[in-house]
Amino acid sequence: MIIPHPLLGPRDSQEFTYLGDADLIDRPDWQAENAADRFYEYLYLRDNPAGEHRELWFHEQGDRSWLVVTRDTVTHEISKVELARDVARARGRSK
Amino acid sequence: MSQSHRIDGGLIDRSRALHFRFNGKTYQGHPGDTLASALLANGVRLMGRSFKYHRPRGPISAGSEEPNALVELRSGARQEPNTRATTAELFDGLDARSQNHVGPLSFDLLAVNDRLSPFFAAGFYYKTFMWPKAFWEKLYEPMIRRAAGLGSLTKEADPDLYDKGFLHCDLLIIGGGPAGLAAALTAGRAGANVILADEDFVLGGRLNAETFTLGDASGSDWASATVAELAAMPNVRVMARTTVLGAFDHGIFGALERVSDHLLQPAAGKPRQILWRIYAGRSLLCAGATERPIAFENNDRPGIMLASALRSYANRWAALPGKEVAIFTNNDDGHRTATDLLAKGIKVAAVIDSRKTDAPRTNRYEVLAGALVSGASGRLGLSGVEVRLPGGETRTIACQALGVSGGWNPNVHLTCHQRGRPVWDEALAAFVPGGVLPAGMSVAGAAAGTLSTAGALSSGAAGAVKALADLGIRAKPADLPEAEDAPVRIAPLFHVPGKGRAWLDQQNDVTVKDVKLAHQEGYVSVEHLKRYTTLGMATDQGKTANIGGLAVMAEMTGKSIPETGTTIFRPPYTPVAIGALAGRSAGKDFRPTRLTPSHKWAAEQGAVFVEVGMWLRAQWFPRPGETHWRQSVDREVLATRKSVGICDVTTLGKIDVQGTDAAEFLNRIYANPFAKLAVGKVRYGLMLREDGMAMDDGTTARLAEDHFVMTTTTANAVGVYRHMEFCRQCLWPDMDVQIISTTEAWAQYSVAGPNARRLLQKIIDPAFDISNEAFPYMGCGEITVCGGLRARLFRISFSGELAFEIAVPTRYGDALIRRMVEAGKEFDAVVYGTEALGVMRIEKGHAAGNELNGTSTALNLGMGGMVSKKKDSIGSTLSEREGLNREDALGLVGFRPVNPAETFAAGSHLIGKGDVANAANDQGYLTSVCFSPNLGYTIGLGYLKNGAARKGEVLRAVNPVQNAETLVEVVSAHFVDPEGERLRA
Amino acid sequence: MRYSGFKVLKEALTGHKGWQPAWRDPAPKAHYDFVVVGGGGHGLATAHYLAKVFGRSSVAVLEKGWIGGGNVGRNTTIIRSNYLLDGNEPFYEFSMKLWEGLEQDFNFNAMVSQRGVLNLCHTDAQRDAFRRRGNAMRLNGVDAELLDTEGVRRMAPFLNFDSARFPIKGGLLQPRGGTVRHDAVAWGYARGADSRGVDIIQNCEVTGFRIENGKCLGVDTTRGFIGAGKVGVAVAGSSGRVMAMAGINRLPIESHVLQAFVSEGLKPLLPGVITYGAGHFYVSQSDKGGLVFGGDIDGYNSYAQRGNLPVVEDVCEGGMSLMPMIGRARLLRMWGGIMDMSMDGSPIIDRTDIDGLYFNGGWCYGGFKATPASGWCFAHLLATDRPHETATAYRFDRFRKGLMIDEKGMGAQPNLH
Repeated sequence: MIIPHPLLGPRDSQEFTYLGDADLIDRPDWQAENAADRFYEYLYLRDNPAGEHRELWFHEQGDRSWLVVTRDTVTHEISKVELARDVARARGRSK
Repeated sequence: MSQSHRIDGGLIDRSRALHFRFNGKTYQGHPGDTLASALLANGVRLMGRSFKYHRPRGPISAGSEEPNALVELRSGARQEPNTRATTAELFDGLDARSQNHVGPLSFDLLAVNDRLSPFFAAGFYYKTFMWPKAFWEKLYEPMIRRAAGLGSLTKEADPDLYDKGFLHCDLLIIGGGPAGLAAALTAGRAGANVILADEDFVLGGRLNAETFTLGDASGSDWASATVAELAAMPNVRVMARTTVLGAFDHGIFGALERVSDHLLQPAAGKPRQILWRIYAGRSLLCAGATERPIAFENNDRPGIMLASALRSYANRWAALPGKEVAIFTNNDDGHRTATDLLAKGIKVAAVIDSRKTDAPRTNRYEVLAGALVSGASGRLGLSGVEVRLPGGETRTIACQALGVSGGWNPNVHLTCHQRGRPVWDEALAAFVPGGVLPAGMSVAGAAAGTLSTAGALSSGAAGAVKALADLGIRAKPADLPEAEDAPVRIAPLFHVPGKGRAWLDQQNDVTVKDVKLAHQEGYVSVEHLKRYTTLGMATDQGKTANIGGLAVMAEMTGKSIPETGTTIFRPPYTPVAIGALAGRSAGKDFRPTRLTPSHKWAAEQGAVFVEVGMWLRAQWFPRPGETHWRQSVDREVLATRKSVGICDVTTLGKIDVQGTDAAEFLNRIYANPFAKLAVGKVRYGLMLREDGMAMDDGTTARLAEDHFVMTTTTANAVGVYRHMEFCRQCLWPDMDVQIISTTEAWAQYSVAGPNARRLLQKIIDPAFDISNEAFPYMGCGEITVCGGLRARLFRISFSGELAFEIAVPTRYGDALIRRMVEAGKEFDAVVYGTEALGVMRIEKGHAAGNELNGTSTALNLGMGGMVSKKKDSIGSTLSEREGLNREDALGLVGFRPVNPAETFAAGSHLIGKGDVANAANDQGYLTSVCFSPNLGYTIGLGYLKNGAARKGEVLRAVNPVQNAETLVEVVSAHFVDPEGERLRA
Repeated sequence: MRYSGFKVLKEALTGHKGWQPAWRDPAPKAHYDFVVVGGGGHGLATAHYLAKVFGRSSVAVLEKGWIGGGNVGRNTTIIRSNYLLDGNEPFYEFSMKLWEGLEQDFNFNAMVSQRGVLNLCHTDAQRDAFRRRGNAMRLNGVDAELLDTEGVRRMAPFLNFDSARFPIKGGLLQPRGGTVRHDAVAWGYARGADSRGVDIIQNCEVTGFRIENGKCLGVDTTRGFIGAGKVGVAVAGSSGRVMAMAGINRLPIESHVLQAFVSEGLKPLLPGVITYGAGHFYVSQSDKGGLVFGGDIDGYNSYAQRGNLPVVEDVCEGGMSLMPMIGRARLLRMWGGIMDMSMDGSPIIDRTDIDGLYFNGGWCYGGFKATPASGWCFAHLLATDRPHETATAYRFDRFRKGLMIDEKGMGAQPNLH
């Protein structure tokens, strides 16, 4: 596969390490009332769609950015690639 | 040696003779020959035996679709089994042998299987060989295995080199026949970056095998002139002997270039083959079409081949399998073979055309319209065919060769490699590309079902124009010569009904009857048919067989062929040497080797090295007179604990962490608190995964308010860094923290033992006070050594001794080890390897890889109290789950033998003294075990249920896989200096 | 119809006219006591044991395509019970014992061939881990042998002992491990189930679950509604897609593609199954002579039954570095299957929160060897509403409770299991 890196242009996916669903960005608040349940769901449950999937790739043999790649799990077509940091900020994460 | 069946013409170089051997006999051929064409020219039709029935076989094709003519090529370590004689380029000294027979090729003892064929019908083995039960492995299976298989490997290591390469292009053109050449001309002249790949050693495809003219030139002359023009274009790369083997995601193709297979052996330093990964903006599949046979009784006799192959052998290679030839066809193309052969003065006994009214009539040769070939004679070589005439009477026609044409199948293979399912074309009676093609791929020429030469040329040119337009490159179709433009006229016929066996898949011996039996037994889906009968599973991947099987099944079910199913193809297009797919990553070069800064010095000392991940580390340093590794290791341990020892610990991961939020960042990464670590101090840190399991441990030093240096274990250095980047970028994107791996930037040595300080004082510049008061346990600082070289010093200890770790820029690592060894002489300093390191850490009770096995919690490690509940850190929440906090949770403790003379092994399990040794009574296991030279007996660390509370208990360490059992006592994991006095000295 | 050597002989002499379809092709009935969704190995085995062991004959297996078209038909055919953890080992040994009597049970030769499974180790730590595992197996009554380098050399002298990047330090051998002709497993179970009255309904795709008041009443299919007392889903690879139809949208499972490979046929070369401990490569040789081999999953979520080139190369690199004699053998075919990669690498056989709906999945890439026990245990759960004694750990709630069964110690990252 070829991942169009937002900073570096097209790169072979072999340069990257895959983590999984981009929802792993949404780490729960440890002080929330139901923190245990929320952490369980965060870590262990997956939407696992057959179709569009937002997922985390790490450019390990490159610039070490984490990317959020939107890719179809049936066709493998990639429709969007963003820096995970931007996505995280957009989802309200900060410090 | 005469080439008895060589005729005039052809694209061979008669000025040179090539000598080769087949089954021990020497023959001659010419450059331009394949092994098959040369053998045919020498009157050899019998080239192999089939898989199951060991039927005598000759080539049915002149290309990579060949099921029959498979040979073992070369000998010794270079022996290549299952090599197609039809594509093996002839070279001087070629040595080949037929395969899969016992006794001579013409008298294969296993041909008895053919006589017994009624017992070996499709799937017979699923129904028998079940009794008695024990006989399967002992008798039936070994028998079957010996008889099965095709060619053999010698079990010697492949001596050749394989390379890998990467290519990029605007347009990849797959196949160099008329469509591919027209496309390449069009794209090349437009200035596009073009790769044209063809599996053959001469480009041109069927242009080299036909007698058509293109404009005023012969097909092959036009092809070679076009290739010459293309080769002169700097933007075009013409790759002969290159098979595009698969279409992968996003326009990536794998291609195999056979660099040296046409040579006796590769030139010095040259690879045998190169696996190319081609990144193509667009691709145009011009892979042509493959003729298919018609099945009839004994249609596998040597001498029976595809009509187009017969034509290829005659026109391109000037070779013929027999002096008298007949043709069996259901379409007009078969007549071309007759015409071409006649023109060469060959006797065409008859053309048997299954079409009653549509068969062309001519007075140049006899046409038997509406007739069918119903049988063939000549076991080792065709001697005649039996023809069933329209009236029902039969006629025997003497011939040594029969060309069969059942129509042409477009080579859709690469269009199926992703999701494309071919669709049925009624007019062609064949599948053409359909469904979703691989991204950026289009198809032209015969592969798209455009079977005429003129059509191939124009569709190739048009295909290139369109593909380039997608990329924003304007091209105009190359001006093309006039060429034949005959329509396809075909009346589908896949097999001739009859009582005998008619072969569909010749290599795997699947007959029409087998397909019928599969239907009778309910294996009607294409997938079941394939798997039950093995149709299409042979080395030719069913290129000529699948469609026939499908047609017979369709007939049985009363459905149309497309309703019955399609056959889709998987990569690779033709089989690929495993060595080529591995490339240079084999043997010692399987993975890179990382060397430590002291490697050269250690090698000079005669160190024994050990693989630790990608690293090579010194395991121990034998001295003269030491004959057993334990002698060396014990000495290194004792000397270190007695005086001082030095160890290269560079392999530990080092991560530099900087920024105003660095402290808070580490506070969340580590389970234990880090926010308040003082500048100039080091702290042990335990890092959890989010699931609460220990991920890694190590020490982190605070060099400045906003600057930390973390160490990780050697094994987890990469993973921890990745995890920290995840936390930094994805979880806390606004934290002011920067990290970088500096593992390879610093050479780091541990200096341990009572004299560690005194040794280091000789190295470290005098301005730096490293006395216990000025530089206490867990202190750190930036210093200079050896007269101004910047360095870092950490007072940390893995061994339990007074110890420091000293780091200098990597390029000074070699100098530093030499300087320290020199400085240590007065203390009898030793340099120790990973074994002594391991012994000392077990003696001290430190966890390492065997304990941090991915299923251990802080609680298991005896560090439950370290997990701060007052802050958020990775893993803290889920570490509180009930299953991880059971009362009988495993706890890390120490073990020693009740009888000090006895020993035990890591991986032993712990069983209560009076209990039966079984899983129900399993109390835990030993993780790390060594002989402690300080204590004089074997010691171990291990996980024991509720371990902390069981000190003093005696258990059995059972090790049934080694028939060993030892009584052990549960003790503290800290065998040496449990109070930690030495560390702080 | 019973198969036997005598029957083969008789049919051979009488033109094979007497063979009947291997299983019937019935039309679906309006209602069954048990509907098993998925005509793969696990689904068919479930039906077989429901009928044979638990005496239930009102059973249907619904398959959207043709039986055995999923992972049971596309794997590397290895069977073994060399597991470490208590939650797994008794289950896989139960499976192994069932394999050992399987052919006589379902009267179909699946070529269960116990030629041994040899796992190689390349470091001292790996050897320690193998000793621990081998001992755990022995404590469970399972055969295991720890070999040193010489022991490995005697079994497989062709391995790379001289110029290996990672030297072979020994191995863990399970002599009873081996291979099975994978397609025959599906067909054998189909025959076994069919002969006991189970309806195997092909080309019948489940399009929805009919759930009322928290109870599953049956399934909608492309061949109409089929009512069921209980519905068992055994569609590993497609678990996410199918369970979503029942409103269960999130599972502790990701779908990943695993590639497998076969070489051209070769004369006998390998003694049994060999796995490389320093790279991703495992290999055996089929009775037909092909080297059947595989490696790691591609590593990204996928429902496409095809993989990519980097993993093909990685697997062949492992192969060449372990056995440099195979350089000139040719890779004939590659294919991909979709795996239910679970969060701890272990499967799930459990009830769901919907009454009457049961789940079997999460087999990662070890599902083939589990087929018999998976079928038996799922049948046990369906028939009795209690887990089989060897499958008590395979529950959904183990993640919530912290009772993971993580053989590799990789944690909640499915592509690492």
